[in-house]
Amino acid sequence: MKKIAGPIIVVLGLIFVYAPILILAVYSFTDATTIGAIRGFSLSNYITLFTTPELGSMIWGTVALALVSSVLATILGTVGAIGSFYSDKRIGKTFGAANQIPVVNADVVTAFSLCILLVVVLGVSKDTFIPLIIGHVVLSAPFVYLSVMPKLKQMDSSLYEAALDLGASPAQALAKIIIPQIFSGIVSGFAMAITLSLDDYFIATYTKPATFDTISTYVVNATRGSHTEIKTALWGLSTVIFLIVLAVAISMNLYRGKVKSEERSDA
Amino acid sequence: MKKTFARKYLGIPYAIFLVLFVIAPLLVLFYYAFTNATGHFTVENLIGFFTDSNTIGTLLYSLALALVVTLVCLLIAYPIAYVLARSKFNSKSVVIMLFVMPMWINFTLRLTALKEILTAIEGNLAFHPFINTVIGMTYDFLPFMILPLYNTISKLDGSLLEAARDLGAGEIQVFLKVTLPLSMPGIVSGTAMVFLPAMTNYVVPDMLYNSTYIMGSLIGSYFSAYDWHNGSMIALVLLLIIVLFTLLTGSEEEEKRGGALL
Repeated sequence: MKKIAGPIIVVLGLIFVYAPILILAVYSFTDATTIGAIRGFSLSNYITLFTTPELGSMIWGTVALALVSSVLATILGTVGAIGSFYSDKRIGKTFGAANQIPVVNADVVTAFSLCILLVVVLGVSKDTFIPLIIGHVVLSAPFVYLSVMPKLKQMDSSLYEAALDLGASPAQALAKIIIPQIFSGIVSGFAMAITLSLDDYFIATYTKPATFDTISTYVVNATRGSHTEIKTALWGLSTVIFLIVLAVAISMNLYRGKVKSEERSDA
Repeated sequence: MKKTFARKYLGIPYAIFLVLFVIAPLLVLFYYAFTNATGHFTVENLIGFFTDSNTIGTLLYSLALALVVTLVCLLIAYPIAYVLARSKFNSKSVVIMLFVMPMWINFTLRLTALKEILTAIEGNLAFHPFINTVIGMTYDFLPFMILPLYNTISKLDGSLLEAARDLGAGEIQVFLKVTLPLSMPGIVSGTAMVFLPAMTNYVVPDMLYNSTYIMGSLIGSYFSAYDWHNGSMIALVLLLIIVLFTLLTGSEEEEKRGGALL
């Protein structure tokens, strides 16, 4: 009895998490407009998804925003973490505390305060995309900082000194010694930045140009409207994103397994 | 001497960025919360918030909702995290990944999926607005509760549990007196990840046709009305709750660490 209770709990949890996504995925391949209706196989949702210009520009806009803001956030967060790590303790602590503000703050508050400062007080037009990009960098740079910091702490500091003693300039030592050692932290920070940007609704709503939509803002508006064709095309989008995420997760797992077995054979 | 300076100065761009776009917006928020449309100092917004039964009602509703969502998340996440952390199943990292993976799918799309399912089950979402919102938020925030719990429980020292058993404690006693207290750090950080979003993420009630406002929706409505002053006051109240919450959970974690040393 006890032996099966554990797995049952886990399986029930997985059903709760995945049932809606999977059922929606099945229905995305029919021409049904509500769940429960039994209809024939159809690719019409996917045709709408890939041929409606409005949907295409919204998807690519979201991806472009995620890439631009994540690159900026990764650079800022990484140099910030390095600078803070080598500063005096007191400055480093202040740095860490300021970095923590957007992490613990509610997204709505971050978004609203940025909108007031940039748009209302400074008069920056939302159409320039500047408030939106800054907003997404505010959202994600702190997480880059947080994922780089532990790598800096684990780093062997004598290697940097050795490089300097052997005649490397500080810039060379930074590029060839420090960056490679914290690289895994930079990569996971970048990945985190991408997911935060793709998932964001609030920053975008408060800072985006009126004519621009991200997936989040588009979906929320679409559910308010009564446009069934768009509504069911979004089921298709949800399925496509689910499959991409699944593929990334599987390849990450395979890669990790490979690294692990290589490590084992090295030892 | 010059070399150490070079690395330290790398922090300057990010420091400037934080001052300009993290600290300055909060200062502006303060300014707007305590001024009126003509720019004069006023405490009207503050008094207005605490004397208007609507805003107080919203605050209480958000707190109640956040409390229920946090408890439901905890009740679902704890058994899952516990089973996974204590099991000797080889590929449990894959299962954990399965629970985390939905975080990578846009939350509005996941909510769309949930909404369609709930509509199919309930017929009309309008009949159970509170329950639907709890389900929606639990669905959205569950991974944020499972992950810290799993991390804490899997680091738990197994020999302590054995010692308790050897000393004659029953399984329930072991759980209540050893496992549960030792998983407190995970419970605290999971709660921190769920409670505040539950008070502020108004997309969930919006999408599930719950027309009752939560704290986040108040900001949203003032934003739509270009009422920066009252909106700032709401944001400030939220900020205060966040600070209190952080202090509370932070000190508790430190106590735990102190307790572990004894």
